[in-house]
Amino acid sequence: MTVVFDGIASGMLLFLIAVGLSVTLGLMNFVNLAHGVFAMLGGYVCVVATGRYGVPFLLAVPLAALAAAAAGAVLERTLFRRLYGATQLDQVLFTIGVVFVAMAAARWGFGPQQQPIRLPSWLQGQVTIAGVDIGLYRAFLVVLGLLVAFGLHRTIGVTRFGARLRAAVDKPAVARGMGIDVDRVFVITFAIGSGLAGLGGAVGVELLGLDPSFPLRYLVYFLIVVAVGGSGSIGGSLLAAVLIGVCDVAGKYWVPQVGAFIIYTVMVVMLIVRPQGLFGTR
Amino acid sequence: MDSRSPDSLSPGPDAAAATPAPATVDLAPLRRAARPRWPELAVWLLPVAAWFLLPEDLALLTQIAIMAIFALSLDLVLGYAGIVTLGHAAFFGVGAYAAGLLAAKLGIGDPLLGLLFAAAVAALAGLVTAPTVLRGTGLTRLMVTIGIGMMLFEAANKATDLTGGVDGLQGIEMTPILGLWSFDLWGKTAYVYAVVVLLVLFLIARRIVHSPFGLSLRALHMNPARMPALGVSVDARLAAAWVLGATYAGIAGALLTQTTQFVSIDVLGFERSAEILLILVLGGAGRLYGALIGTIVFVTLHHVLAGIDPEYWQMWIGLVLIGIVLFARNGIMGAIDPFERLLARKKTEP
Amino acid sequence: MTAPALHTRNLVKTFGGFTATDDVSLTLAPGARHALIGPNGAGKTTLVNLLTGVLAPTAGAVFLAGEDVTGLGQHRRVRRGLARTFQINRLFADLTVLESVALAVGERRGVGWRVWSPVGAQGEVLDEAARLIETLRLADVAHRRTRDLAYGRQRLIEIALALAVRPRVLLLDEPAAGVPTRESRALFETLAELPRDMTILLIEHDMDLVFRFAERISVLVSGAVLLEDTPDVVATHPLVREVYLGEATHHA
Repeated sequence: MTVVFDGIASGMLLFLIAVGLSVTLGLMNFVNLAHGVFAMLGGYVCVVATGRYGVPFLLAVPLAALAAAAAGAVLERTLFRRLYGATQLDQVLFTIGVVFVAMAAARWGFGPQQQPIRLPSWLQGQVTIAGVDIGLYRAFLVVLGLLVAFGLHRTIGVTRFGARLRAAVDKPAVARGMGIDVDRVFVITFAIGSGLAGLGGAVGVELLGLDPSFPLRYLVYFLIVVAVGGSGSIGGSLLAAVLIGVCDVAGKYWVPQVGAFIIYTVMVVMLIVRPQGLFGTR
Repeated sequence: MDSRSPDSLSPGPDAAAATPAPATVDLAPLRRAARPRWPELAVWLLPVAAWFLLPEDLALLTQIAIMAIFALSLDLVLGYAGIVTLGHAAFFGVGAYAAGLLAAKLGIGDPLLGLLFAAAVAALAGLVTAPTVLRGTGLTRLMVTIGIGMMLFEAANKATDLTGGVDGLQGIEMTPILGLWSFDLWGKTAYVYAVVVLLVLFLIARRIVHSPFGLSLRALHMNPARMPALGVSVDARLAAAWVLGATYAGIAGALLTQTTQFVSIDVLGFERSAEILLILVLGGAGRLYGALIGTIVFVTLHHVLAGIDPEYWQMWIGLVLIGIVLFARNGIMGAIDPFERLLARKKTEP
Repeated sequence: MTAPALHTRNLVKTFGGFTATDDVSLTLAPGARHALIGPNGAGKTTLVNLLTGVLAPTAGAVFLAGEDVTGLGQHRRVRRGLARTFQINRLFADLTVLESVALAVGERRGVGWRVWSPVGAQGEVLDEAARLIETLRLADVAHRRTRDLAYGRQRLIEIALALAVRPRVLLLDEPAAGVPTRESRALFETLAELPRDMTILLIEHDMDLVFRFAERISVLVSGAVLLEDTPDVVATHPLVREVYLGEATHHA
């Protein structure tokens, strides 16, 4: 059971990081392989803020999210938006280029080594509930993930912003005609997605580690979440992320000789059987 | 008068009347199209020149020849057939391990036999994966290619008994090529071997792209929706190109194994798939010489820049990728395009 | 009696709750010059897609020379002699006219899988492609890239590609769409010269072309065939006037 809970916790992390990708890639059709860069940025901001400047962890995390959101907005404005209409190959090349530059920058700034993070004492240790060992930090991740999922669901599903986003994506010309500032909708969406990735990256240092190869190492996991969860579906992303987290952790725990192989197989099979994802409608 | 269109080369309708349109089609330009041209010969003198001018760098030059084959294989898949893949290293790795295992575990060290075996195994891998990859389109297809690449990497990573895992596969002994030329310490045999294989594969690819099959690949890259309306099964053509590309990649991987007598798990890495994509678009996808030029430029740059500071190398790759997309979509070969077209036009006009 | 070149039996296509094609039974005799007209949204494009195999019908069947082809994909129907042109050009932008037509001819003649001999060595294919290009008066631009040609000439390539298939049945989907009047004569001449044994279904908005070309006309409204008759009858039919001619005069 502990394994399952750990899986759920890492699934929540995956969800936080990947849900933004689900929107930009799934809804806006922008193949952004550089999504992990924002998570990495959030991670470094958090590590530097807590480690070097003694900022409390709970303050450093939102700071990391804001930094990543700002970076996402700037990149969207200056570069990514040029590629919305481009071919898939162009988007792939360009965003891989961004990944490489970011990785080089991270290595230049922080060196190739893993970054340590010191968690506040109240998040350390574990409790045993009904015979299940639950790490406090993992419980924190689960709660955070659920809160974000709920918040997003309210924002995208219920408010006018969600409707505008859908309109802007489906029929940009019509949306413009209706007075929707499509460019602004896109940049805000992108910023939110990047910000959440930054948030995930910041709280994920403890579990996922942080070094310059982060954006590439976890890229496939993010893509799997989108593939399995279906385009732009928040509930789908959440469920997919948790499923993958559990499969991954359980797989590595019970059948270590197979390892991550399971995850990739699940993804490929999933893509063949249901290309639109578990909950996708397209 | 109005059947004459403004695209006529004549300045206006009146002049057009004075020079009536040719009533027959001159087939000569198309008949000439597949003939070798003199700049091609010049390109193939480069490896000969390198042998004499850079005898110290034969190992690096061998790498270039091998990477060129790999780039060529991706060119067939991506440049001609238009299948975007980020998992092409899968076939390179399959070929590398096939050749390595044949020599290390079965003790069959004959290089040519190894190449054939690796080609066959890679072709089979291509055949097996083709339906899976071609089933989806767009993003789904891209992710399937990544997924297959990752699956193979993890499989090789975990099957340590067979592959040696992260430590690599060792104990590969090669016998002399055709029983005549053994691999020497200075890499002379390896270099000639790799260049000859490259030349042979290039000539085969050249024939294929100029054939009706090659024409159909180019056409379906430009407009896949039209092909069924011409009675063509798109999937079958794409699958053929995919298997062909896989075979070429497998041979490239096998060459790397044989010339280095070692297989590192890196042969299957995602980075290798991304790198070869960069090499191809740098040179110019959809042209065979794009693959060659891209490889020469890339590996040379890598050698020089990584020699100065390996940490900046990655940043350069990134910047080059971004630059290509923003400013030079057709790569290095794209830069000579306008001149080529001008030349071709002069030839077809009286 | 010989089987009709193309006929459909009670063809139905629904998208969700929307019926795009409603119980259509068309019959085209060999050598027919048949036109399909109807207001925008009448389901013309859907019907074409059902006939060519792009879409699978919800119910009903499509027959080509008496053979049930309902279950066959697009390229298999082409191989059985059903060709089409597209309403919006679907051409090979970077191929020359000769390459494009040679490709189409070559595929019909079954050389598409040849990997070892160059395109330039396919003598019979090239000769046939050249004749076709000459027939369509495209000889002067045979070595120009498709993308460099004016729209009217591109429309002719669209037809050349369909003819290269040597179809027994040809679907012309708005062949004159987007062609400036100044360039349309070549197109009309080409259509008039098509061999008489070829069965043609013309889907068209341009009433001028329809009444000049067609010998029978089917009027499609809301996915169903409202009426099928000769041009004279259709032109004066009160029902047609009511639902359609308002638009027709608009387009004429």
